[in-house]
Amino acid sequence: MADAARDELASVVREHAGRLAVALMRVTGDFATAEDLVQDAVLAALQHWPVDGIPEHPDAWLFTVARRRALDGFRRADNYRAKLEQLRQLRQPGQPAEDERLRLIFTCCHPALPREAQVALTLRVVCGLTTGQIARAFLVRETAIARRITRAKRKITDAGIPYRVPADDELAARLTEVLTVIYLLFNEGYLATAGPPPYRDLAEEAEWLATLLHQLMPAEPEVAGLLALIRLHRARAAARFGPEGGLVLLEDQDRSRWDREAIADAVQLLTRAARRRRPGPYQLQAAIVACHAEAERWEDTDWEQIVLLYDMLLHLAPSPVTRLHRAIAVRYTAGAGAAMAELDDLAGALSDYYLYHAGRAELLRELGHPDQATVADLRALELTTNPAERAVLEQRLA
Amino acid sequence: MKYVLLFVDDGEFLHDLEAMGPAERERAVQQVMDWMAAHRDKIKGGNKLRPPETATTVRLGGGDPVITDGPFLEGKEIVSGYTEIEVADLDEALRMVRTWPGCPIVEIRPLE
Repeated sequence: MADAARDELASVVREHAGRLAVALMRVTGDFATAEDLVQDAVLAALQHWPVDGIPEHPDAWLFTVARRRALDGFRRADNYRAKLEQLRQLRQPGQPAEDERLRLIFTCCHPALPREAQVALTLRVVCGLTTGQIARAFLVRETAIARRITRAKRKITDAGIPYRVPADDELAARLTEVLTVIYLLFNEGYLATAGPPPYRDLAEEAEWLATLLHQLMPAEPEVAGLLALIRLHRARAAARFGPEGGLVLLEDQDRSRWDREAIADAVQLLTRAARRRRPGPYQLQAAIVACHAEAERWEDTDWEQIVLLYDMLLHLAPSPVTRLHRAIAVRYTAGAGAAMAELDDLAGALSDYYLYHAGRAELLRELGHPDQATVADLRALELTTNPAERAVLEQRLA
Repeated sequence: MKYVLLFVDDGEFLHDLEAMGPAERERAVQQVMDWMAAHRDKIKGGNKLRPPETATTVRLGGGDPVITDGPFLEGKEIVSGYTEIEVADLDEALRMVRTWPGCPIVEIRPLE
């Protein structure tokens, strides 16, 4: 199938899978059953649509398949008459209240579920990915993903995880959980190189989810912050890889290939969010990325501002990795010596982190220690399996 | 849904408890009593357990049962009591547990 057709298929499935899940939840009252039916319908669509074309009303098509499967299932159940009656009354998924799609997301990302299960469930139920697609995107065996999902669904039922949007007093903590899942998906997709078809780009799924969440919760500045962060990265994606597929460092990127319009839109989104005066880690990270994205040339980068934003970020969410990124920025405001002093403080916490050693190598080279720089680059190479990152290091060592 | 809350102590908590003066300890006990009273309508039973040195563990399956002194799990974390509750769902149980003033760990387990 051509790329365009595959993209369209993916976006139609994505648009309708969650709605279908919501409609089926209403009938069956059971998350696990609804989820199974959605998956059946999606698999049927992936089988038929590439051959027959995407139907005029994909939602009705998916619903019919799910309904048929549900009837088969209910016939075997004890209380099938009541269910059958409910199902007969429900003709079309229609447009469920948006609130219901939110419930779906919050249930998938419930903190009582392990992170990996949150991710897999969200992709399957909200985005309509098949188990196989999730497995390929994460380079994990399909049986492992299937087991993860089965376990998670059993826990939702057995442990009484509710299907609802959290109350106001728990919303902040629960929203953090949802944002973490989306951010993780984005990172996973952003670092990966495209896999074999039918491949679904996780960075695209993440942007779609963040967009949906922003529509559903427009007053949450951190949701807007995460969406802006994802869009600012994706707006520059075209320049990230060279003609041979190698990763191009920010400094060397052809900035004429950045999507200036998309960058301006994302910055506007971020500015609107900032007006709510509730800063958070995603808004700050987006602001840092915006400093890079708005610079016409590498030399125009506002490093003072970037260091300041990192200070704010560290105040809200202290982490050695963030300190490392701040130290890398310090190189351009206070020099390589100052940056190196900061890095030395992080030696214990980040000794197994490839970027720590790669960053150190650059500083060592600038400070006139090429041999030590090579040692650091070799250590970095040992610590990453990502092919794009490895290629950059290997080129530096060659 | 019915759940059991398993209350778990760790070494630090027990140490802190021992270090308390009588008035302070009384206050701590009172906080637990207040919590119990506040959730009276959801609590269906429960008990405090005697300390782990009073436990006896029997291991079956594989010849003769082996009887040993002490709790089945060796470690610093010790189940010190349990409460059976009846609430709508896990979120309600979580909300209840969030304000628990006693030991530092609570495990929530649904009942069959």
